[in-house]
Amino acid sequence: MIELEPFLLRAFAAALALAVVAAPLGSLVIWNRMAYFGETVSQASLIGIALGLALGIDITAPVILVTLVVAGILILLSRQKIVPLDAILGLMHHGALALGVILTLSLRGPAVDLMSYLFGDIFAVTTTDLYWVYGGGALVLAVLAWLWQPMLRLAVHEELASAEGVDRDVVKAVFIVLLSLTIAIAIKIVGALLVIAFLIVPAVAARPFSATPERMAVLAAAIAALSVLLGITLSLNFDVPGGPSIVLFMAVIAALSVGSAALTRRA
Amino acid sequence: MTERPGEAAGPVGAAPAAAHGHSHAHDHAGDCCADHGGAGTRPFDPTALIGARGLKIVRSGRTILSDIDLDIHAREILTLIGPNGAGKTTLVRALLGLERPDSGSVRRRPGLRIGYVPQRFEIDRTLPMTVARFLALGDGARKHRIASVLEEVGAARVVNQQMSELSGGELQRVVLARALLNDPQLLVLDEPVRGVDYVGEAELYALIGRLRDTRGLGVLLISHDLHVVMAQSDRVICLNRHVCCSGVPETVAQHPEYMRLFGPEQARNFAVYQHHHDHRHDLAGEPAPAPSGNAPPGGEQ
Repeated sequence: MIELEPFLLRAFAAALALAVVAAPLGSLVIWNRMAYFGETVSQASLIGIALGLALGIDITAPVILVTLVVAGILILLSRQKIVPLDAILGLMHHGALALGVILTLSLRGPAVDLMSYLFGDIFAVTTTDLYWVYGGGALVLAVLAWLWQPMLRLAVHEELASAEGVDRDVVKAVFIVLLSLTIAIAIKIVGALLVIAFLIVPAVAARPFSATPERMAVLAAAIAALSVLLGITLSLNFDVPGGPSIVLFMAVIAALSVGSAALTRRA
Repeated sequence: MTERPGEAAGPVGAAPAAAHGHSHAHDHAGDCCADHGGAGTRPFDPTALIGARGLKIVRSGRTILSDIDLDIHAREILTLIGPNGAGKTTLVRALLGLERPDSGSVRRRPGLRIGYVPQRFEIDRTLPMTVARFLALGDGARKHRIASVLEEVGAARVVNQQMSELSGGELQRVVLARALLNDPQLLVLDEPVRGVDYVGEAELYALIGRLRDTRGLGVLLISHDLHVVMAQSDRVICLNRHVCCSGVPETVAQHPEYMRLFGPEQARNFAVYQHHHDHRHDLAGEPAPAPSGNAPPGGEQ
C-alpha cells in the first residue's frame, strides 16, 4: 500500500536519522533538568526562521544564531536573583513564540505557511535538508561521544564533577551549541513547537526499562525510530500531518511505559 | 618552624598530647575572636597537606569569609563547625579551588589528591545509574578496584543497586567510596551525616576514623551539629564568617564564642560524647574540680 516514493524515502531517512541523534541528546537534557530550557530555546527558533525569510536565505544558519543568542540570554538571566528561573523561562518562551509568529507572518506576506514551521513538514524534506540532517547529525554525535562522560558527571552532581576537574562552563556551553544545532536541523522535520518533544519524550519512555544511562539512550533511539515508522504510516494513510503523528506515537509509548512501571512498582 | 603559637588553628594541633592533658587554658587568649590583627602574614606550613592564609571571600557585596587561616596535616581530623550561613561550604569550595578568594591564598602540597564528599547528594530519578557505574564514571575504575573500595566502606552488597534507591547511609558510603578511588591524601566531607539515621551517623564517623588510621588520611569534616563527630576529631575550628575559636574538641566546646553560637544546650550535648572526664570546665575554659564521676562538664554553673 505504501509506495516508497523519493519524497517518502527522504522523509523516513531524515526522521530516522534525527531519532538516533535526538535520543542521547534528549536523555542528557532530561538528566540535567534542561527540558524547559530546551523548549524555550526551540520556540525562539521561530524568530530565526523569520530572520532567514526576511534575508531570503536558508533558515538553518539564522536559527542556530537565534537559538544561541536566546540560550546566552537565558544563562545570563539565570544568574540574577530577582525573579526565579522558571518565571524567566515562561516569559521568554511565550515572548519568543509571540514575536516569532508576528515576524514570520508580517515579513513575507501571506505566502508563508506558518503551520509548516510550527509543526514541521516532513514530506517536504529536500536532498539539501538530508545533507544537513546527516552531516550535522554526525557532527553532533561525534561531539556528544566526547561530551557524554562529563555531562553525565554534571548530571550526577555538579559540585562533585567540578571538584574532580570537569569544566562545568565549557561542557555546558558546548552542550548548548549541540542542542541549538540539533534544533536547527530538526525544525524542518518536526517544527518549532514539537522539536523538544522529539528530544525528550522517547527518553522518558525509555527510563523505566533502563538500568544504565547508555541503555536509556539506545532504547530512546529505538522508541523514537519506531514512532517515526508508525507516525509516517499513520500520516500517509489518514492524511494527517507527519510531525505531530510521530510525536503522538512517542507520547503514547511514553504513557504506556511510565504507566506500566508505576503499576508494577505499586503491586 | 612548625610551632607557631599565635596561629589561628591553634598550637594544639601540633601537640595533641598536650591537649589531652588539658593544659589548654592559655589557648583562649590567642585563639579567640578578638585577635585577627596579623592574619595573612604568617608563612605557609610546609608540613601541611593544605593551608590557607588570610582568606577573604566577598560575594555580592557581602563578606562571607575573612581572615581565615588554617592547616590540615596528614593523619589529622579537622572538624569545621558553625551555624548555617557561617561560610563553611564556601570555605571548603575555596580550599578545593572552586571559589576564587578576594584576598589571601590557599596552598596545596604539590600533587595533592583530594577526595571530596559533597553535601546533599541527591541523584535525579530520571538518571538510571548503578553504584558500579557511578564509581566507574569518569576515569573508568576497574571492577576489582570498585569491589575493594566498596568493601572498605562496608557497602559491598549495593554494588548493583540503582543509586536512587539507596538509603541515606548507603549513599554516603558509596560517595565516600568514590572519593577513595583516586587514593586521596586528603578527604573532605561536607556534612556527611545529613539524612543518615542516628546509629548510621555513629558508624559513619567510626568509619572515617578507621580510614584515617588505615590510609593515613588528613580529614576535613564539615558539620553544623557537634554530636558524635567530636570524639574522633583532633582539632575543631568554630567558624562564623571568621575563625571564632579553635582547638581540641574539649576546648572549643567550653569556649564562650562556641557557647554563644550554639547555646549551652548544644554544648552540653556535645560533652556527653566525650571520654571519661575527671574534671569539668567553667565558662572561661579553666579546669575546675568535677562534682562527681561522669557528670557532663559545662553543665549548670
